[in-house]
Amino acid sequence: MTPPAHGEPSLPPVFKRRAGETMAQIPKEEYILETTSACPGCSSSLSLRYILKAAGPDTVLVIPASCSSVIQGMYPNTAVNVPVYNIAFAAAASCASGMVAGLRRAGRETKVIVYAGDGGTVDIGLQALSGALERETDFLYICFDNEAYGNTGMQRSGSTPLGALTTTTPLGKIHPKKEIDRIVEAHHPPYQATAISAFPLDLFQKVEKALTFRGPSFIHLLAPCPTGWRFPHGKTIEVGRMAVKTAAWVLWERGQGRLSVSAPSKGPLKRPVPLQDYLGMQGRFKGLDPALLSRLQQGIGTNREAILAEAERP
Amino acid sequence: MKEIVTANYAIAEAVKQAVPGVIAAYPITPQTEIVERIAQYVARGELACDYIPVESEHSAMAACIGASAAGVRTFTATSSQGLLYMHEMLHWAAGARLPVVMANVNRAVGPPWNVWADHTDALSQRDTGWLQVYVATAQEAYDTTLMAFRIAEDKEVLLPVMVNLDGFLLSHTMQDLETVEPGSFIPPLHLPHAIDPAHPAAYAPLTGPKDYYRFRWEMEKSMRAARRVITRVEKDFAGRFGRRYGVTEEYRCEDADILVVAMGTLAREAEVAVDRLRAEGTRAGVMRLRWFRPFPTLDLTGREVVVIDRDYSFGFGGVLARSLCSAARIEPFSVIAGLGGQEVTYEDIASFVRERRPGEEYWFGVKGDV
Amino acid sequence: MYEVRIHSRGGQGGVTAARLIALAAFRDGKHATATPFYGAERRGAPIVAFARIDENPIRIYSQVRSPDLVVVLDRTLVPIVDVLKGLKPRGAVLVNSGHAVSLDHMKVHRVDLTGIALDENLVIAGEPVLDTPVLGAIARLGVVSLESATKAIAELFQDPRNVSAAERAYREVVL
Repeated sequence: MTPPAHGEPSLPPVFKRRAGETMAQIPKEEYILETTSACPGCSSSLSLRYILKAAGPDTVLVIPASCSSVIQGMYPNTAVNVPVYNIAFAAAASCASGMVAGLRRAGRETKVIVYAGDGGTVDIGLQALSGALERETDFLYICFDNEAYGNTGMQRSGSTPLGALTTTTPLGKIHPKKEIDRIVEAHHPPYQATAISAFPLDLFQKVEKALTFRGPSFIHLLAPCPTGWRFPHGKTIEVGRMAVKTAAWVLWERGQGRLSVSAPSKGPLKRPVPLQDYLGMQGRFKGLDPALLSRLQQGIGTNREAILAEAERP
Repeated sequence: MKEIVTANYAIAEAVKQAVPGVIAAYPITPQTEIVERIAQYVARGELACDYIPVESEHSAMAACIGASAAGVRTFTATSSQGLLYMHEMLHWAAGARLPVVMANVNRAVGPPWNVWADHTDALSQRDTGWLQVYVATAQEAYDTTLMAFRIAEDKEVLLPVMVNLDGFLLSHTMQDLETVEPGSFIPPLHLPHAIDPAHPAAYAPLTGPKDYYRFRWEMEKSMRAARRVITRVEKDFAGRFGRRYGVTEEYRCEDADILVVAMGTLAREAEVAVDRLRAEGTRAGVMRLRWFRPFPTLDLTGREVVVIDRDYSFGFGGVLARSLCSAARIEPFSVIAGLGGQEVTYEDIASFVRERRPGEEYWFGVKGDV
Repeated sequence: MYEVRIHSRGGQGGVTAARLIALAAFRDGKHATATPFYGAERRGAPIVAFARIDENPIRIYSQVRSPDLVVVLDRTLVPIVDVLKGLKPRGAVLVNSGHAVSLDHMKVHRVDLTGIALDENLVIAGEPVLDTPVLGAIARLGVVSLESATKAIAELFQDPRNVSAAERAYREVVL
């Protein structure tokens, strides 16, 4: 069988059948067992649960240094029921490039998913990611973005938003968040999306869709982090929903060059609730300098307008 | 078929015959010819292989790791800064027990910039868990590369192998090469721990103090077993193709009172120096070390030893000389020569022997306070 | 051991000429090596390359210090490079030139390689090819046989004009 050309959907029938229209249709199989060592309320491990349900068992996860290196459990145990290939911090995308080539060379269609944090994506792993995207590696790269180096105790990353308190920005971050989506977009991957665990069906569908494309796909997942963002661990979903309602996080997808806003973001994109409702839930924005707040608001507004403009482009 | 080729070409030819499934590489002088040639083989359909043109050496090794983990044969090549940039992934490849084969064209490390021969690049990677072999002719580069795949992939070893050759002096010198048909000499790779979604496992997960050392000990056990495997493979190679190699290559050593010990092309040129010295009545011989890791067991008792290092470990000494001090319990005359391509002739080598001062260190070319 | 040092400018084929000498000697049944000395030079800069021929395997990797033959592919190098450095007392010099060349009162063999290349229309990217014809002249000096020289050229280059240029250089070299 000739593989589909770069960018063409190649949905295997089994996945077409499984496509979840409603939460009830999401497969019951669990690939994340109950024994993770994640913090209570961790949205990253929750997201991974839906990601693997969408990907199914013929999947390899490639994980660079990150919270996920720990969450998966400690030798000789593992909480993940697909092969997990742990790799050095800067090497996830390049390792995946080789792995895909190796698997295809061995005649296997196994899906390769990189599951990397924001530091491993926008900072130390950026070069490898750029290379893998440029070489059209047939993989799905998911960046779970908790907006700081979580595994080492919340230091600033390039993805930390303006004004946020971290252990290395004790007065609030003075540089805006790096726009990784624009960097990725500049490589023209066949499929690109944003997601959040507060909308698991949206996440599930996007992963499923991403895996139908031959070539690189990228999903940027906002990962509310109770430990790092300083909110009660029972409020992960609430914080995530508020991120979407305020349009601080916009859910969208871009397939073959066309952007569409995802259902949960359609309303908020036009009529967002005040940003303060999102920031106020989190200790990391406590005592935010009004000047920084206004710059933060401005940045979010610009992003919203750019998404709207692209979505409405004929 | 006999032809005249550079050692870089000889390595590319051996790689073509070993048919790796994936090659990931990044250009760097003086290695570039190897990957250029391989890219041409792939483009012309002469080698059925995925050539991944990565964006850095770190990624080259990471991609080899990913591909090797999938159970396919892998190869890469680098030099100097590229090797150093890979450093983290060298440890990873060895620790993950992946039989990656790499050619390292030995070149000096900056600053200052220098593209010429020097062994410090590879020797500074000696604790990464890679097997290291140093060759001295195009033929040996070719033969050793073929053997490297076989040794790395042996189930008793499953560690990566680095084939080292001197930049320009060997990489770009044209010499005669006789190729072989490897046939069953390199059997298909069966990686017992290849990724298999039917048997999910966590590879290299967080491992505590209670267990970590076990993995390290397993590596060392394999490194020790590699000594046996190397000898077995070299013997098999000799039986099939007629060319014999050892852990060391000895020249007029049987009755020698003085041994010159070195690696790479310097040791080959030392043979000419030994002939001169013998003509003068000095009973000298050359022991060229091929395998640096695993380090061989050598009996040098009763001989004077002159060690030539084309490398240096600051604050300690020549890496080969110091290694021999501890492994063979000798006090050699340690000569530091050939750094960054410094010209060293057989006449110079003969003078090292004539003017030897056992137990001392001498930097060739440096006058005064050494 | 017979040692050759070739002086040329980057891009003129000095390295290939050394390779061809080694290959031809090898086809003569001898051992041979060819070593370019690479510096940081680019196109047009003076470069040297070496070839060694012997009955036994060659174990020397250092540069040729006292050549038996010096070949100069570009006469403009003569005033700026000490081309005679280390030349053996009975050593030979071959210069690419259409006119008699005087070098330190030495007997100099000359051959107009540039003229032959232009005549035979052996030009690549606007530059006359010197590395194949020079092998013919070197064969005339007895370093390699003409038969092996033409064989070596044919092994590396498909264009038959390379062989005919070498044969012409063999005939036209002024001893």
